[in-house]
Amino acid sequence: MQWETVIGLEVHVQLATRSKIFSGASTGFGAAPNTQASSLDIALPGTLPVLNEAAVRMAVTFGVAIGAHISTRCVFDRKNYFYPDLPKGYQISQFESPIVGAGHIDLRLDDGSTRTVRITRAHLEEDAGKSLHEDFAGMTGIDLNRAGMPLLEIVSEPDLRNAKEAAAYFRQMHTLVRYIGICDGNLNEGSMRCDANVSVRPAGTNELGVRTEIKNLNSFRFLERAIDHEVARQIEVIENGGRVQRETRLYDSDRDETRTMRSKELSDDYRYFPEPDLLPVVIDEAFISKVRASLPELPQQKRSRYINDLALSEYDASRLTDDPSVARFFEAVLSVSNEAKAAANWILGDWSATLNRYELLPDASAVTAEQLGALIARVRAGTITGKVAKSLFDSLWQAADPKRSVDDLIKEQGLEQVSDTGELAAVIRTIVDANPEQVAQFRTDKEKMLEFFVGQIMKATQGRANPQQVNSLLREALSSD
Amino acid sequence: MNPFSTLTDLADGLRTRQFSSVELASFYLDRIERLDVEYNSFITVTRDRALTQAAAADTRLRGGNATPLTGLPIAHKDIFCTAGVRTSCGSKMLDGFIAPYDATAVTLLDAAGAVTLGKTNMDEFAMGSSCETSYYGPVRNPWDSARVPGGSSGGSAAALAAGLTPAATGTDTGGSIRQPAAFSGVCGLKPTYGCVSRYGMVAFASSLDQGGPMARTVTDIALLLDAMAGFDTRDSTSAQTGHDGKAAIAASTPARSLRIGLPKEYLSMLTDPALARVFEEARRVFESLGHTLVEVSLPHTAAAVATYYVVASAEASTNLSRFDGVRYGHRCEAPVDLTDLYERSRSEGFGREVKRRILTGTYALSVGYFDAYYLKAQRVRRLIRDDFIAAFGAVDALLTPTTPSTAFPIGQISDPVEMYQQDVFTVPASLAGVPALALPSGYHEGLPVGMQLVGPHFSESRLIALGADFQRATDWHRRTPPALG
Repeated sequence: MQWETVIGLEVHVQLATRSKIFSGASTGFGAAPNTQASSLDIALPGTLPVLNEAAVRMAVTFGVAIGAHISTRCVFDRKNYFYPDLPKGYQISQFESPIVGAGHIDLRLDDGSTRTVRITRAHLEEDAGKSLHEDFAGMTGIDLNRAGMPLLEIVSEPDLRNAKEAAAYFRQMHTLVRYIGICDGNLNEGSMRCDANVSVRPAGTNELGVRTEIKNLNSFRFLERAIDHEVARQIEVIENGGRVQRETRLYDSDRDETRTMRSKELSDDYRYFPEPDLLPVVIDEAFISKVRASLPELPQQKRSRYINDLALSEYDASRLTDDPSVARFFEAVLSVSNEAKAAANWILGDWSATLNRYELLPDASAVTAEQLGALIARVRAGTITGKVAKSLFDSLWQAADPKRSVDDLIKEQGLEQVSDTGELAAVIRTIVDANPEQVAQFRTDKEKMLEFFVGQIMKATQGRANPQQVNSLLREALSSD
Repeated sequence: MNPFSTLTDLADGLRTRQFSSVELASFYLDRIERLDVEYNSFITVTRDRALTQAAAADTRLRGGNATPLTGLPIAHKDIFCTAGVRTSCGSKMLDGFIAPYDATAVTLLDAAGAVTLGKTNMDEFAMGSSCETSYYGPVRNPWDSARVPGGSSGGSAAALAAGLTPAATGTDTGGSIRQPAAFSGVCGLKPTYGCVSRYGMVAFASSLDQGGPMARTVTDIALLLDAMAGFDTRDSTSAQTGHDGKAAIAASTPARSLRIGLPKEYLSMLTDPALARVFEEARRVFESLGHTLVEVSLPHTAAAVATYYVVASAEASTNLSRFDGVRYGHRCEAPVDLTDLYERSRSEGFGREVKRRILTGTYALSVGYFDAYYLKAQRVRRLIRDDFIAAFGAVDALLTPTTPSTAFPIGQISDPVEMYQQDVFTVPASLAGVPALALPSGYHEGLPVGMQLVGPHFSESRLIALGADFQRATDWHRRTPPALG
């Protein structure tokens, strides 16, 4: 039988606020356990939550970016359950009236087509702490630094049809939240995680199958693999005459499989009710308009602009816009060099390769956009050759000095391109005269020997010779010989 | 020194150098040490802190930059967090708990120069109307040691009645300031919800809890309220424009002629003829002061107690989830696993009444019961609030009895539902969030009888003007327990 997969994702985005959603504790990553947990975060009696306005603004920014309805009045609820890393015994979340209502994103697929994925809602909530099961023999350690971190949970409709689409959706969400500056997007630090609701049904039917929920996926690859495995598992269960159980599963990336975490047969009762320590949040139209007006250019818009205004290929435009830091760097390079294609080539070529080699993020580039832009401009002006530019790029990277001027460097090292006909002709003359054997071969094997002579000339000029001039002068010299 | 002096008199004594603040604090601390064995009104006495604060107050008094409260002793209900001093909330669960911060109300009173004598006994987690549920043993009523002082702020009420402090704080969720004030013959104010910050008050029912002052006279209540009230950024439910801060001025100015409503539903529930007679006399006093008394109706009064116990228990059931033995508070010995840690820590740490409310509240919030209990209670709560708003369209304030009886003997009421009926006159104002001032209205068989003045949101100064008027015309508030006189 043909099976169709149905997937909905819940993406948890950790908002990039400086302090937690309801307390003044820092949201910085990597602090010693329990050093960023205030009296509220550890739920001492008498403490009260105070809503972080920045978290509200970020949620509204997201809503506006996906064309969603923003609730002008939303309410926080308590979700009650006992767990050691949930200090209050309840999580403050939004149940009945989320801050962001229905919206959508246009999912770009590998074949270049796009498909609309509906977003049901997005709501604000606080994160729980961490239970550390290793390092404490027979006991569990609790780290409450993460307790109270602001989260935006983005819930999609079951509009995704395979693991690749799900990964593309997660990736696109990852791009969007970084563009609008509401999340640092650092997957390794848990800044974005997602839960996948997966079910299968016979192709061509409309009724949804029984779904399972795979929890806490924090990479695009794991998401894709976890779904692929879960789909295969569900199909096998059904084809063997069994029934898929409604349950929560965990993906084990080491063993590359999903396994049962807890059954949902007895559905959880979280006893949701409105959080009496917080008043309803009233958001007026003026606030929403202001957020809308300050929305930066979104990835989709940027990509179109690169293709239409900068005449870049779709492929280049996509690669440049996937990461807002890369796009930002590209635009800075472009503003100095005024050469879109050359800037794109550099950034997608040597620059990216160098970052990868040193395992650095774009923002940690040792060469500044001004320096790279100047390099490109000097090549275009004919001051230096492309070859010299590449070696200059390497030395700029090694120097890692943002104040180093490209022009000074060129002058100091005497790297200006040699375009002087007289000077070049003299060099060529010397080389032609020193290699009579190769001159003889030139008559039978033109291209190969031309290559040999160009190489010799470049060597003699340390790559500074103007390649076009070398070419024409060389042909002239060889044919006259 | 007269232990039953008002704050106003003691402030005069300090100003005119009849005694110092250190002498005053020592006087009360010595009385507590000598007499409180009988009443058990304090859980913790903070002698060192009191004497340090008193010495600082004396310096301030000499320096001439004192506020009306500088150097005056006060006792805090043990529900208010006090930095460095145990805050038990009357529970074994928090027997060893020391908060690293002060409640905002405590901070404000400290800043005004008040001197903290100690922390007063209370029903466990403020759940009770008799002070019998405290882990630290019951509080005894100074008017009759065999009787309860009321609850849950019964320690504060008894300490006032016994002359162990001239001022105290209390909290009121459904009557916990007003009912013990009535049983103990003192005054107490439940301010408008949002008037006094809840920060640092151990939460019972967040949408109802209000801290407030308790004292011997309405004038003293006014002094304390002006110091305690105010917007607090740390409490999202505190009002930005709340109390006018002019209660003390209102207390010293005769109230203009007002229309005072008598809710007929309350009067029909006041079945004790002796208490009805006391109420009738108080009513005449108000008339003689030039006020007009008219009958009004608050039609949903009969549903208030049930509504209150659903809402308050629902909120309490989750507010008390944090007491799990993981981070602080009572933890059972040698737990075998997590469930065992939770179950035994909570079973051992909480008393019977607290468990009952957690179970009731959990039930009311559960799937399948939520609509029938919690949601319905919220709807009725709105109707009750609307009753008050409608009534205040016709009258400036309401006059009602505070309790259906005088203080009952310790151990007499064992049925929880019968105990909840104690709150019949106090819970409606709590549900509506309106202020209510409780003050003595007379005596029956040697026991205090109380009444309350209820007004629109943030009309504290008006209620205080009325109450002070009444106390200028009567002397019920000057009586002291015979055993202590």
